[in-house]
Amino acid sequence: MSINLTLHTSPEVPLEAEVLCTDKLIGLTGSEIEKLPVEHGNRQVSVADFFTVKGSPDDSISIEGDLSKVKHLGAAMASGKLTISGNVGSHLGAGMTGGKILVEGDAGDWVAPEMQGGSVEIKGNAGHLVGSAYRGSPIGMSGGEILVHGDAKNEAGHAMRNGIIVIGGKSGDFAGVNMLAGSIFLLGETGIRIGAGMKRGTLVTMSKTSMLPTFSYSCRYQPAYLRMYLIYLQELGFSVSDEQLFGFYHRWCGDAIEMNRGEILAHDF
Amino acid sequence: MKIKSTHIDDTFAEAFKMWAARIVITAETKQWAMAAATSMTGFATSVIGCKCEAGIEAELVAEDTPDRRPGVSVLLFAMDVNGLGKRLVERVGQCVMTCPTTACYSGLESDETVVVGGQLRYFGDGFQISKKLRDNRLWRIPVMDGEFLVDERFGVQEAVGGGNIIILGKDSKSTLRAANAATKEMRKIEGVILPFPDGVVRSGSKVGSRYKSLMASTNEKFCPTLRGLQDDSLLDEGINCVLEIVIDGLDESSVEQAMKAGIYAAAKPGIRRISAGNYGGNLGQFKINLQDLLDS
Repeated sequence: MSINLTLHTSPEVPLEAEVLCTDKLIGLTGSEIEKLPVEHGNRQVSVADFFTVKGSPDDSISIEGDLSKVKHLGAAMASGKLTISGNVGSHLGAGMTGGKILVEGDAGDWVAPEMQGGSVEIKGNAGHLVGSAYRGSPIGMSGGEILVHGDAKNEAGHAMRNGIIVIGGKSGDFAGVNMLAGSIFLLGETGIRIGAGMKRGTLVTMSKTSMLPTFSYSCRYQPAYLRMYLIYLQELGFSVSDEQLFGFYHRWCGDAIEMNRGEILAHDF
Repeated sequence: MKIKSTHIDDTFAEAFKMWAARIVITAETKQWAMAAATSMTGFATSVIGCKCEAGIEAELVAEDTPDRRPGVSVLLFAMDVNGLGKRLVERVGQCVMTCPTTACYSGLESDETVVVGGQLRYFGDGFQISKKLRDNRLWRIPVMDGEFLVDERFGVQEAVGGGNIIILGKDSKSTLRAANAATKEMRKIEGVILPFPDGVVRSGSKVGSRYKSLMASTNEKFCPTLRGLQDDSLLDEGINCVLEIVIDGLDESSVEQAMKAGIYAAAKPGIRRISAGNYGGNLGQFKINLQDLLDS
């Protein structure tokens, strides 16, 4: 039986609850979990002040309620499964190294910043800076998968070094900014200046996108590897058409202000 | 034991432990996938002279390949893991990477792997790109028609080489017909290849030679032209043509299935006996008895 937490009192200010993570709850009883400290604004309170705890611990946790003011859920998670039935606040899965986080609703800014492994799946929309580096930090996401079925705001994959980010809906400006490596799939409409400052890595866009002048056009072709990824995305529940799967892509190389080893593959309509 | 008028010898095929890899080649069309597979499996009849044995296992429809393009699966066998890795790098590099539109994937799930794409990537001269999907690393190597995509590592496993049947007929025509019928049925078995030309070998060999430099030489006991010279010839009067089918498989069971299918298909009018090659049971790790096969 898994642990189930239900939000009974909505926090008035952000509630920082990084203790609510599979690895940190293993071995604890329900009453011990209720006594764990969380930060409500500048005051330390206990889990029980906001959540009802049921069940006995194993490697999965489910949390219910409108958690849009609850931050740092699943931070540094290494294993197990965290399911959130509702919206969730910022810094979800920050620095996680393994396990799976599933959000049935929307997520705030900073989804899985500097994530190293595991999987985060957002059924709704996500905020700014999905899988990004913290300000001043040179490397963002360095492994794992972030799957956003809805829209995402600006700077998805900022300084990303490895792994996969998929945005099923619209994406904001500067997707893949300062990207070091890895793969970002933008399946919906994209914002401006995608791939700005990227050194290596791949951005795939399925919409008409204006390229920065520091990207140079190479060719129109059918990359075999891309089909394998797109088949994988289909298996994950993303909408990928046959035209996208079997079609042609324009390859742009950039960013010339950096190493110029990155690529943007833009679907040819 | 007889099948119709064909006598099945009370003997066994002596097979050996080998190492194998399955290579899945895809391309824009079936023609180009087959062109790469044919090239890759050329000069790979026997480890004695070719350092490996290889053959085409099956054609694959697009739905069954990693990139949903038409494909061909090839099995390649060598005596040890190290040798298998070297042959894979050579043959994938020279025969698959060179062939238009192809991509090349490992077709075996195994804890034991050898580096293939991880070696070939250097052909990209720094422009190669690595991608990781489902914990599997792929290399994209820029080539003149786009990119050559290849798995970094290929799974390898212990396998069985040298399973065989020997078809002894009254003349060349009936023996060839029987051999063709046998190979047709044997190719339906998953996990086996027949490494010799169109699956059939006429130059069966024995270990050693009167010439010191040769590891193997003709098996005179099965040569019809020498029957009159050999007191211990294995041919009866009226046997004027002998053909052998060698089978390499991913496991003993698949080799046995192929041998059994081949024996039944080859037992035709004009075929006096079906036998098998062995070394007295002193060399190989596997002994596959023909009569046990037919009883199973």
